[in-house]
Amino acid sequence: MAAEKLSANFKRNMFTENQVLRAILGICSSLAVTNTMRNSLVMGLGVAFVTGLSSLTLSAMREVIPHRIRMLVQTLVIAVYVILVDLLLQAYLPEVSKQLGPYVGLIITNCIIMGRAEAYAQSNPPIPAMFDGFFAGLGYAMILLMVSFIRELLGFGTLFGFQVIHTAPENLWTIMIMPPAAFFIIGSMIWFISARAARKAAAKAK
Amino acid sequence: MAPNISPLVILIASIFTSNMILSNFLGMCSYLSVSTEYKTANGLGMAVTLVLVLTTAINWPIYTYLIVPSNLFYLQYIIFIMVIAATVQILEMGMDRYTPDLHAKLGIFLPLITVNCAILGVILFMVIRNYSFVQALLFSFGSGLGWWLAINMLAAIREKLATTKLPPGVKGPALAFIVTGIMAMAFIGFSGIFTIQ
Repeated sequence: MAAEKLSANFKRNMFTENQVLRAILGICSSLAVTNTMRNSLVMGLGVAFVTGLSSLTLSAMREVIPHRIRMLVQTLVIAVYVILVDLLLQAYLPEVSKQLGPYVGLIITNCIIMGRAEAYAQSNPPIPAMFDGFFAGLGYAMILLMVSFIRELLGFGTLFGFQVIHTAPENLWTIMIMPPAAFFIIGSMIWFISARAARKAAAKAK
Repeated sequence: MAPNISPLVILIASIFTSNMILSNFLGMCSYLSVSTEYKTANGLGMAVTLVLVLTTAINWPIYTYLIVPSNLFYLQYIIFIMVIAATVQILEMGMDRYTPDLHAKLGIFLPLITVNCAILGVILFMVIRNYSFVQALLFSFGSGLGWWLAINMLAAIREKLATTKLPPGVKGPALAFIVTGIMAMAFIGFSGIFTIQ
């Protein structure tokens, strides 16, 4: 495979093949942690970190991992980096770590990481694989921030914890910080994106 | 210390008020991708429930008698994930050997389940909330049933919607999200009956 330019890789992972909206991967945590922007930012950076480093490691080891047990090896490598993130969060951001609860540990089962390991790191050299994983994580972080921007602004009236909308608490849309809103917002985003992609494809076919 | 909640309350609450999918968002990947057909969705729901109860039953003693006394907390994720992977593997081999019928029905789902975050999620909730063995078992069983219920409902709705004329773009995952959102809203009606947070 011809080497992909770094900028092209960035664009692909952030926009055209965004993992959350186009590949529908990593949905669990993008629904669960997006009620505040701060949690989303921490979670997004955590995932970008883990995806980048595990892609780097798995790509460096791709020649020596036996094909049949590669899933197991991938999971273990991912788990090691997730433990690192978990310990760092507990040490430096104990409050956020508490709010994220089990979702930090659940980065292990985030499909984006394994998806990148299978689809890219498996057949590419370590450094491009690291950037590919990192950019995929950034694409995920971007969607998380977009969703949490809507949810936190309308649900709490704050952004990153700062009061933006000054109004009585009963005027805020509590539904926004409850589960259904997460489904509706991500659903509508996917709807918008895939309708646009379908229109583009149709225009190209003409 | 285990929280002072009746295990039965935990069972009911984990099915309805804190449903794995509709309020904790766990196991979404397979929930979305295996819900286009009612029959397969039913099989996957059954397999998830089975694996959940089994892995919780194995991980609880490991956590209480191995990880806590020897202070291995930093290794807990690796241990849990290994136990899940091993249990699924053994279950699949055992099923293949002794109950070929059941294996033909559930076998294809089992490898998928290893990376289903509902399994690891239930175990992490169990650890964070300090459940006793009975509480953990009923919690995992209830979570499995709740997951099963949700995927069955979605699959039934999607089967009906498959023949409907829809605007472009909404077909597929986007519609599944919106349907799930409406289901989650309906389930908010259960909240307040029980709380286990």
